[in-house]
Amino acid sequence: MASNAPVTARPRVGVVKFASCDGCQLTLLDLEDELLAVVDHFEIVDFPEATSSRSPGPYDVLFVEGSVSEPAHLERIVELRKQTRHLVTIGACATAGGIQALRNWADHDAFRAAVYTNPEWVHSLARSTPIAEHVTVDAELRGCPIDPGQLVELLTALTTGRRPQLRDEAVCMECKRRGVVCVMVSKGISCLGQVTQTGCGAICPRFGRGCYGCFGPREQANAAGLTRHLQMAGDRPREEVGRLFAGFTAYSEPFRSMVTELGGTRTGRTGGGSDVAATTGGKP
Amino acid sequence: MSTATNKVVDERLFEVGELTRVEGEGSLRLRVRDGEVVEARLGIFETPRYFEQLVVGRTPDEVIDMVARICGICPVAYQMSAVHAFEDLFGIHVDPSARALRRLFYCGEWIESHALHIYLLHAPDFLGYPSAIHMAADHRPLVEQALRMKKAGNQLVTILGGRPIHPVSVRVGGWSHAPRVAELRDHRPALEEGLAFAQETVKIVAGFTMPAFAREPRFVSLRHAAEYPFSDGRIVSSDGIDLAPSAWRDAFQEIQVEGSNALHARSLDGKGPYLVGPAARVALAGDQLHPLAKEALAASGYAKVIRTNIYASIVARAVELVHAFAEAIDIIDAYRRPSETLVPWQSRPGVAAWATEAPRGLLFHRYEVDEAGRIKSAQIVPPTSQNQAAIEADLVVAAKEVLEMPHEAATIRLEQMIRSYDPCISCATHFLDLTIEED
Repeated sequence: MASNAPVTARPRVGVVKFASCDGCQLTLLDLEDELLAVVDHFEIVDFPEATSSRSPGPYDVLFVEGSVSEPAHLERIVELRKQTRHLVTIGACATAGGIQALRNWADHDAFRAAVYTNPEWVHSLARSTPIAEHVTVDAELRGCPIDPGQLVELLTALTTGRRPQLRDEAVCMECKRRGVVCVMVSKGISCLGQVTQTGCGAICPRFGRGCYGCFGPREQANAAGLTRHLQMAGDRPREEVGRLFAGFTAYSEPFRSMVTELGGTRTGRTGGGSDVAATTGGKP
Repeated sequence: MSTATNKVVDERLFEVGELTRVEGEGSLRLRVRDGEVVEARLGIFETPRYFEQLVVGRTPDEVIDMVARICGICPVAYQMSAVHAFEDLFGIHVDPSARALRRLFYCGEWIESHALHIYLLHAPDFLGYPSAIHMAADHRPLVEQALRMKKAGNQLVTILGGRPIHPVSVRVGGWSHAPRVAELRDHRPALEEGLAFAQETVKIVAGFTMPAFAREPRFVSLRHAAEYPFSDGRIVSSDGIDLAPSAWRDAFQEIQVEGSNALHARSLDGKGPYLVGPAARVALAGDQLHPLAKEALAASGYAKVIRTNIYASIVARAVELVHAFAEAIDIIDAYRRPSETLVPWQSRPGVAAWATEAPRGLLFHRYEVDEAGRIKSAQIVPPTSQNQAAIEADLVVAAKEVLEMPHEAATIRLEQMIRSYDPCISCATHFLDLTIEED
């Protein structure tokens, strides 16, 4: 966090969206047991999905959902940053570019032309990028969607001015804590658990599936090592391993390099199209 | 606004730059000149995310995970249309108990979505508040009960799919995991409480003052001979369309409409706009509602009104809440764990297409699958794309009602009307298509 000082008595909170499915801001409304207590502690000054009562910044806390995905977003996020004390990105779109960042490996013009009869009228950027590629972010909640428990923890930390306690370890640790039998060892299912940050509660392994990386790579994730293992010991074709990484957090390193190296998206083309975001990005 | 003539032009513009209490980013624009509506538009400016392109080259199971992300409010609907489309193409018959769980899954999503819409998004219009948060200051117990009801739906989805938003367990051929009988039984008390409050909700919303409105739309929904439509049945309309759930394109198409940012769906017969969603389902399949839901509808006195007054869709939604709770309890009481949670299957090339009933109405998916079992092309037609033409037609009707009102009140009323459709703009937006305005 930029500052750990507690925010003011009843902090002014905004919730805004960029390119996204609305699921992460919905998580706030899904805090059924806590919602009314949350609004006792925070003044919701802007949250268009939930209220018609709107006021502009400044914000003590601004939750930002969605990725930077069209030209207008570039200015908007910079403007919002200026008005905000604590900018918190929520979810895989805001923190990693989201599933729509798969287009970063494709030919954007071809994408537009395939979906739209008049592609020239569609204002989208060649790349979908995380908020932190454009402005300084004070805290992030990962996940596709975010975890309600982590959201409550962050809100609580904000009211008391302490650092939020968010685990930074692999999903594997969560499986061990919960006594979930490893799906990779016992069933031979491909799983990103060892390279993915925990936070979801190891939902996929608990439900008989391999982790597909909603919370993105954990720090120092050895994605290349997992790739070698899946290809050699697991006998997985190269492109199948690529598709495993080409999910909701594909544009976060080191997943990004794996996708670029192995393919897995439709065209398999390497990423980093040139557009306005690429040339004016950075942290003002 | 000026004209070439000296004639005094009386023009009124009702505009909402960003609609609130809807899913996603949209705008409203109604222009009336000399008493004539010259423009009525639900604008959609949400950023496109190109889902139909993102899924190309992926496997059916990956598609189920991906399309959920079109909408955080109705991910189950996207998973259901996709999984049924693939299972139909591949000739898969899931275990009857796995099929029952799919209905239960949909019950959970309908509860969560309808409770959200009725109490958090729409009721504040009727009671004169800018939000449920403001409403809670005067009606705290009501909002608390509404949140508990919503939670009961979210918990149901969580038991079956691991989390309420973007659940993980639906797979082609069944489920990656099926709950134990005890897990579902433990949730029964919450559903019983929810059912009682849903019945109360029908009474509460039927007691709201409904703005006057009269236009009987063409209704389109699924209809099944033995159950209220979730994921199975035939696509029917109030004027005689009757199709397999895979055959949406035999009667409908998506077209570009001048001045709109999204593709509209229209019927090929040229008969104009049609309505999907709770009011359409109650109108076309009301005889299949759970007895408790039928009873609630009859007692509300709204059985006929919901056919012609779009504001009363809140009553249809509440009646469906009763249905979803009552059916969920019945399914849990009859539940046994599937003998085969996941049936083995083989991909085959061809067209996978299916329509199911999302909370907001008919949701059609169509995928071309190649020899290697990968997606070659995709088409997804969400309910809001289908309702968009009807919304704009209703704006024209509503214009006559609001012209005498003060400007701000009129604008709020028009927003309320649009919310009656429960538009999901994030869903509709992957069809975003800007077109040139001729005017």
